[in-house]
Amino acid sequence: MNGSGKMVIYVVAAIAALLIPQVPMLQPYLIQFAFLWVMILFAMTWDVMGGQMGYNSFGNIVFFGVGMYATAVVQRDLYFTVEEYANVAGGEQAALTPVEYLTGLSLGMGTGAVLAVVVAAVLGSGILGLRGHYFAICTLGLGIAAGELASGWDYIGAGSGLVTPLLPDALGERGPFFFYLFLVLAVITFAVLKRLYAGQFGLAINAIRDDEDKADALGLHATRYKTVAWCVSGFFLALTGGAFGNLVIFIDPTDVAFAGPTFGVWMVLMAILGGKGTLWGPVIGATVFHITQELFWTYLFGWQRVALGLLIVVVVVFFPLGIVGWLRERWPQRFGEVVDEEARRVQVSLEGER
Amino acid sequence: MSAILEVENVTKTFGGVIANNNVSLSVPQGSIIGLIGPNGSGKTTLFNSIVGYHPIDSGAVRFQGAELSRMRTPQIARLGLLRTFQQTRIFGKMNCVQNMQISLPHVNDNFATMLRKFPPEVTERAENLLEFVGLYPKRHLRAADLSFGQQKLLEFAMALMNEPAALLLDEPTAGINPTLINGLIDRLKRANAEFGITLFVIEHNMRVIMNLAQHIYCLAHGELLADGPPEEIQNDRRVIDAYLGAH
Repeated sequence: MNGSGKMVIYVVAAIAALLIPQVPMLQPYLIQFAFLWVMILFAMTWDVMGGQMGYNSFGNIVFFGVGMYATAVVQRDLYFTVEEYANVAGGEQAALTPVEYLTGLSLGMGTGAVLAVVVAAVLGSGILGLRGHYFAICTLGLGIAAGELASGWDYIGAGSGLVTPLLPDALGERGPFFFYLFLVLAVITFAVLKRLYAGQFGLAINAIRDDEDKADALGLHATRYKTVAWCVSGFFLALTGGAFGNLVIFIDPTDVAFAGPTFGVWMVLMAILGGKGTLWGPVIGATVFHITQELFWTYLFGWQRVALGLLIVVVVVFFPLGIVGWLRERWPQRFGEVVDEEARRVQVSLEGER
Repeated sequence: MSAILEVENVTKTFGGVIANNNVSLSVPQGSIIGLIGPNGSGKTTLFNSIVGYHPIDSGAVRFQGAELSRMRTPQIARLGLLRTFQQTRIFGKMNCVQNMQISLPHVNDNFATMLRKFPPEVTERAENLLEFVGLYPKRHLRAADLSFGQQKLLEFAMALMNEPAALLLDEPTAGINPTLINGLIDRLKRANAEFGITLFVIEHNMRVIMNLAQHIYCLAHGELLADGPPEEIQNDRRVIDAYLGAH
């Protein structure tokens, strides 16, 4: 597909997404759509490490939780003291003006994102020297540790959680507000990642995935790339977390913020389902995953997790490369690869010997 | 000719196995030097020791005056001392041109260069070097789809893309189709003469190394057995015995 053809698709997709809230039939599902954008963000940010760079991380949920708590704490501390906030029933009646709410939310999300980058850089310098399975196992502990820490820290509500301020009425319904907020976040994340993958950064992390020893031997600053990749991932995941806390209103340390067994695992599954290491794979994987999950929940209640598990088994067995990965192997030329059977067969010759 | 690379009394052991014992050699600037020895004699270990793949037990390695024995592989590569691998290492899921692009020298990399896209000049140079090793028609294929011998050629081209001052080649002709070997010897000589790259070559094919190198070192059981010009090494009793198993 040529450049302008792609552009048309992007524009049509953007207009379609923006028009969803205008369709009366879809209006009851706007929160569902917001959750879908969150799922897409999960998969895209996980894929930077797990897909493009080949470093399976089970600890990315840490950045999500850090962003969520940081945002909620900034929102609270900007306009209240901790005691005040607790007294107004955990913020449920803590009415803010639209300006106060938006200021708190954006400052909070910004703080969370910066904090997540710092956490990623510090953790990364410690454990990104580990390779392959060792890194994966090490990150497994991070989410659990973070959840335990949050559960014991009174300042952020400890085990009883933290309530985020309510969306002021003047800003409209929750549905459209969070629909657009997460849509914009997902589109920006997609665009930034697309640009990053198009340059030296993309080739470098692909090279690390294919053979890190060779990348080292060529003088590539592998550690720097790995750390930056994790920081990028953490940055967008923290923004997602910050807004997500406001969407669900109540932050539980282990079930919402540092929800390793659910969100933390899903982000891996969605990226693999869609095709890790591809631009659109995580987007498509997250969409398929979210829709099937909701359908299973509705029609197979009680068995929804079993059905989900079977789906994962089927995907891994029959589409180990994921949906987009499978398509790419079948029709590589559609993905910008030059397929030239002639070139495959041609004999290499080294003429010009003197 | 002054030495670009100097190895001084390098010893490397793995548990009880002495892989390199007190090895000293020197590679003059602009030369082509050979390293031979029976299987298991410590040739690849010596390469690994030189490029910082593992720490050495004792001794010193100097490259253009810089002491390498405490540096790590990527730092050493950025100084202009590069190595290729016996079992080829390429970036399998990337196509040949991309393999070449990421092999650009990384010495001046910073956070801004992470974002750069590759200008047409870089792609053109990559394609010229692929042409140089005969892979131009296959430039859009994924590296994993190339045969072993072709991957070997790609790895050589990637090394040239990196503009090293010296290149350590670990069996460059192993797995290469015999009809290509003369062409490859020619390319190696041209890399040395035209691009000014000093070559230090491990090679089992005697015809190749005798044809290529100006001076040859022979290792056996981790120790330096003999060194001299090709014709001398060829007729050295100790070298012949080592290869025939009489050592």
